[in-house]
Amino acid sequence: MIEAVETHRTLADAQRAMGSDAIFMAGGTLVMRDVNAGVTATRIVRSTDPALTEIRLSGDGVTIGAGVTMDMIAAHRDLTFLAPVARAVGGPQIRNMATVGGNLFAPHPYGDFAVALLALGARVNVAGQSGAPRPLADVLRDRARVGLIASIQVPRPQAPGDFAFLKASRIKPKGVSVLSIAAHLPRQGGRIRGARVAFGAMGPMPLQASAVERVLDGQSLDAATIARAAQVAVEGLDPPTDALATTWYRREVAGVHLKRLLERMARG
Amino acid sequence: MAKTPIVFVLNGAERASFANPGENLLEFLRRGVGDLSPKYGCGQGTCGACTVTVDGATHLSCLTLAESVAGRRVETAAGLATGATLHALQEAFMENFAAQCGYCTPGMLVSAKALLDRNPSPSREDVVEAISGNICRCTGYEPIIEAVLSAAARRGRT
Repeated sequence: MIEAVETHRTLADAQRAMGSDAIFMAGGTLVMRDVNAGVTATRIVRSTDPALTEIRLSGDGVTIGAGVTMDMIAAHRDLTFLAPVARAVGGPQIRNMATVGGNLFAPHPYGDFAVALLALGARVNVAGQSGAPRPLADVLRDRARVGLIASIQVPRPQAPGDFAFLKASRIKPKGVSVLSIAAHLPRQGGRIRGARVAFGAMGPMPLQASAVERVLDGQSLDAATIARAAQVAVEGLDPPTDALATTWYRREVAGVHLKRLLERMARG
Repeated sequence: MAKTPIVFVLNGAERASFANPGENLLEFLRRGVGDLSPKYGCGQGTCGACTVTVDGATHLSCLTLAESVAGRRVETAAGLATGATLHALQEAFMENFAAQCGYCTPGMLVSAKALLDRNPSPSREDVVEAISGNICRCTGYEPIIEAVLSAAARRGRT
């Protein structure tokens, strides 16, 4: 039962106001469900810090404020590589509300945007923590304790075809993930260098597919490589059973969808 | 528990009321302000029956904290008609039999209005996308899509 809502002008103030009895609310699409059900903390902490909604481009990357919405991503002329991912999240109303920072905390089967950020090798600036930003994979593992997210630094793919995203759902255009896959495959001289592939809805959080990355690295994206990658798609993943799909089904189709995504990237 | 005074613009007119701590915008509009047009369907952002616009962008009022609309413009289906004159979308929904039980209709109308405001000549795919966050269990969507397209066409002629 909520007893108080506190709105702070800066994220630093909001961070100081947090405590075990408080929950931070950004777009509200996740937190308000619990608030409506009466199963959350007693205080809601918010922030109207304008830095939270900034998108700043740098040489080879972009820093996205944690409060930037999916709709802002989809509409941004320099973030066309992320637009299909943002458009895969929820329906129009959700996209007008849901934030990039909030997506890092979305429980299964949500969190498709975080899958793309993981494949891109994003790093996270945590409020009140100086020093180097934290790798997203660490933040996802530690998300119960990580603190408030200020912004996310996202490397931009050097070539548009280096990055691709796929979401498999039973209902179109708006449906929850059976699974989602993002792949960032930078290429030098036709060979993949530094492959990053991530799966959503195939574990308790977005997970990197290390076995797939090992198969792809140093190879050209040809039919034989794609077939080997598809064979190891579910290695190290732990897909749950839910109302959308069983563990068995997710394991069966993960390689099929990965193959389709990689074939799409190979066609360019 | 302290209530929070909220001043905002509802369908073009300034309104003020008190929100309970943690109250969502849907409940605030219905209980606090007396606008019964947004409907409670699921309370978890799935059905779209509670759709309103906040500063022109569609929001799910059941997932919107009432405090967050202070100083902002909220529009609901109740603001579509001008006196006894229905909005073109409302006329088109009637003519195309786009409502059966009517429960999803206010949310559908608000989503459709937001679409036509930014895109007066939408394609069929644009309409499907615009109402993809609104569930209808009666009509099968086709009459709704036809109604939105016909309202756009009618507005284009006038």
